[in-house]
Amino acid sequence: MAERKQFEKGRMVPVPSVSIIPERDVGKTPILECSHLGIDFGGLTAVNEFNITVGRTEIAGLIGPNGAGKTTVFNLLTKVYQPTRGTILLDGLDTHGKTPAQINRMGIARTFQNIRLFNNLSVEDNVKIGLHNQEKYSMLSGIFRLPKYWRQEKAAHERALELLSIFDMQDLASHQAGSLPYGAQRRLEIVRALATNPSLLLLDEPAAGMNPSETAELMENIVKIRDTFQIAVMLIEHDMSLVMGICEGICVLNFGQIIAKGTAEEIQSNPTVIEAYLGKQQ
Amino acid sequence: MSFLNNVITGVSLGSIYAIIALGYTMVYGIAKMLNFAHGDVIMVGAYMCFFAVGSFSLPPAAGVLLAVAVCTVLGIAIERLAYKPLRSAPSLAVLITAIGVSYLLQNSAQLLWGADTKTFRPLVEGSLVLVPGQLSISYVAVLSIVCCVVVMITLTLFTGQTKLGKAMRACSEDKAAAQLMGIDVNATISMTFAIGSALAAIAGVLMCSAYPVLSPTTGSMPGIRAFTAAVFGGIGSVPGALLGGILLGVIETFAKAYISTDLSDAVVFAVLIVVLLVKPAGLMGKYVPEKV
Amino acid sequence: MKKLNKNSLDGFINYGIVIVAFAVIQTAVGMGKMSNILQSLLVPACCYIVMAVSLNLTVGILGELSLGHAGFMSLGAFAGITASVLLQSAIPVGPLRLAVSMLVGAAFGALGGVIVGVPVLRLQGDYLAIVTLAFGQIIQNIIMVLYVGVDENGFHMAAGSEQFHLSAGGTAIIKGPMGAVGVTKLASFTAGFVLILITLLVVQNLVNSRSGRAIMALRDNRIAAESVGINVTKYKLMAFVTSAALAGAAGALWGLNYSSTVASKFNFNTSILVLVFVVLGGLGSIRGSIIAAALLYVLPDLLRQFGDISDYRMLIYAIILILVMLATNNDRLKDLVGRVIPKRKGAASNG
Repeated sequence: MAERKQFEKGRMVPVPSVSIIPERDVGKTPILECSHLGIDFGGLTAVNEFNITVGRTEIAGLIGPNGAGKTTVFNLLTKVYQPTRGTILLDGLDTHGKTPAQINRMGIARTFQNIRLFNNLSVEDNVKIGLHNQEKYSMLSGIFRLPKYWRQEKAAHERALELLSIFDMQDLASHQAGSLPYGAQRRLEIVRALATNPSLLLLDEPAAGMNPSETAELMENIVKIRDTFQIAVMLIEHDMSLVMGICEGICVLNFGQIIAKGTAEEIQSNPTVIEAYLGKQQ
Repeated sequence: MSFLNNVITGVSLGSIYAIIALGYTMVYGIAKMLNFAHGDVIMVGAYMCFFAVGSFSLPPAAGVLLAVAVCTVLGIAIERLAYKPLRSAPSLAVLITAIGVSYLLQNSAQLLWGADTKTFRPLVEGSLVLVPGQLSISYVAVLSIVCCVVVMITLTLFTGQTKLGKAMRACSEDKAAAQLMGIDVNATISMTFAIGSALAAIAGVLMCSAYPVLSPTTGSMPGIRAFTAAVFGGIGSVPGALLGGILLGVIETFAKAYISTDLSDAVVFAVLIVVLLVKPAGLMGKYVPEKV
Repeated sequence: MKKLNKNSLDGFINYGIVIVAFAVIQTAVGMGKMSNILQSLLVPACCYIVMAVSLNLTVGILGELSLGHAGFMSLGAFAGITASVLLQSAIPVGPLRLAVSMLVGAAFGALGGVIVGVPVLRLQGDYLAIVTLAFGQIIQNIIMVLYVGVDENGFHMAAGSEQFHLSAGGTAIIKGPMGAVGVTKLASFTAGFVLILITLLVVQNLVNSRSGRAIMALRDNRIAAESVGINVTKYKLMAFVTSAALAGAAGALWGLNYSSTVASKFNFNTSILVLVFVVLGGLGSIRGSIIAAALLYVLPDLLRQFGDISDYRMLIYAIILILVMLATNNDRLKDLVGRVIPKRKGAASNG
């Protein structure tokens, strides 16, 4: 960890959707482009005119007061909800009409605000389920234990331990996932998401319930994941030290609308954002 | 005319199903459990009335009252002894317990009253002739339909207008919140079982009046049918139980009349499957997707 | 590879239990130490073990409640009986014909599984249970009116006796409400034993593979499973159809163990009985299903021999069922039981 060079925020460059992406990602297809994205629940517009562009290796932050629609945006991106309006391009491909499982295979992996692990299974099995689509043997190879089964199971086992080692969790491999402490469960969810080999990782409040030192470690690890896997990360977080510390582009949501986009410094000094969080100054 | 006769038969049968289905639906709504013993409470009710009228020569009305009283007590006792200790247990455990209670009631009835089939004397006999020789309604059918309407109106008023009814609805929405509002959740659940069981007793007497055979397993098939009716209408919904019950009765009667007597069960259940495919939560149920 | 070994070990213990039980029973039979009544229970007990293990795949491992498992058994039984009559001349060797009939039974069970499975995928929780219940009733009802026979003109099938005409030399295989009659008994305890081993192989190996993990992921958290790219339809159907196919094979074995079989044998109560085995044996525990099915199937029949309590046996059964559910699921009682019987540490969820 010590040898990792101190994370530097790249210079940000404006793109057509009025977003900004890091300079190093310019010239490559952005990993995610949302335009005019929106969803109504009955008469209620939960998210509207959500336009954003996320670069290939960007760490993007999605912040906003409670009930602003942040998790709804994640649910739209992963098609837990089908959007009422707008398009989502993932790596240039339209995701219209896809199921959540197909979205994952296209390259988006996520974690959940209320942790959703496979609680009765072991930590290792949780990660192996993430590796599901990278193992290719059929049901019959599994039942009859054909050579393909042994080869791929061995590979999956090794890969699972390797992924767990990102968070130093390889020793917990045989523990039951539901019995892990809270912080470890959050980390396991990230490992499981990474196992699906995503190009965009969505983290829904990854630091919720963590103490400051755990949060600091998590920050380092998010950056490390981005650097090692060369993927984009988008996160929802209420811990401002984390968001301001590692997010290159930040998008602020209030009442389902984007009210500001920019770098940490820009967001911190934006009067609209301050008003949304603290209320209007008398 | 035979068509109208079938409609009448179907609606009266459906009324009985609806009364039983109400018991299922109310208990499901509040305790979130499939009470498989409900059908056997019907059987107990019918036996009570049978003995009251047959062996002790009480008037039919007293027989019905006795049946209702015994079933109400039985319903509360079952809930207190078997289901209440499992309030926080997995739903499958409660289901198996309900099945155990069902076996218990059937086998106790068999030991106490014998396995032989008894002939039930209908509460009311004869029928109302509308078109001589062509169209008539038996008084039992009239009674069933009237009972169903009365029960339905009373229950709708009860759940909508009274304090206890509102408490019941609150408990089925959120038990913890209801408790915080000062509602005695245990008493409310007991009350729901009591009402459901009382209705089962009425349904048992009506059913045995319409189809006068009585044995320890009398309740199980109507129980499953009524349960189907409750699902059909959307389990947890009171008007749904009425709609589901009547529809099931009519479909069953029509299937017997126009398709095949032997295949009526298959037709009823096939319709159920089709309905659930189109409306996954039944005709009047609300489909609530899991929140992410 | 610690985890893998642990699961494999659990699986091997299950094979071991079955093999040892088979050897002991065969020896007892050979030495004439086993009553005829007990011997007559061996094949049906094997069928129930297969039913319980296969239902456990749906209820314990996929986590969906099924109340119509006997429906698949019924399909398998009547398909198996029909196959064995039709193949009488083609395959004169009894055990081989039994094996083929069981395969046919499994195929029909699987077909039923697909037919129920597809609509079932749209439903959740209790509604699924109701569709399986409805399906069980439909199967029972249809077979009650089904007439199947064969004569020199070939295979005949009809709904109702009116349309069913066989020439003088023909054989009626299924006769509506009377069911299948005059069946040549092909089943044997050895066949039942082999079927149990095959069932164990299929279920245990499936559970410990990529597909099995996907199925358990759906049970534990469907939304999370979808989020890691698991095809819900495919794996629900896989578990459901595998379970139905095994039930079909068990049904064929059952059907070929008696000279006559009626459809009402495979009614709602049979489905419930198997469900009781699964729940009492422990959801997801293969070993529990085997032991619960074997004991609970044989016990009531053994009680029958004791004249005095024989009338009360089903009553006792019901009371025990309720008490066991209360003792294992009520927190206060669980504590009490736990103090008397030390709890097994870290009971395996998929042993």
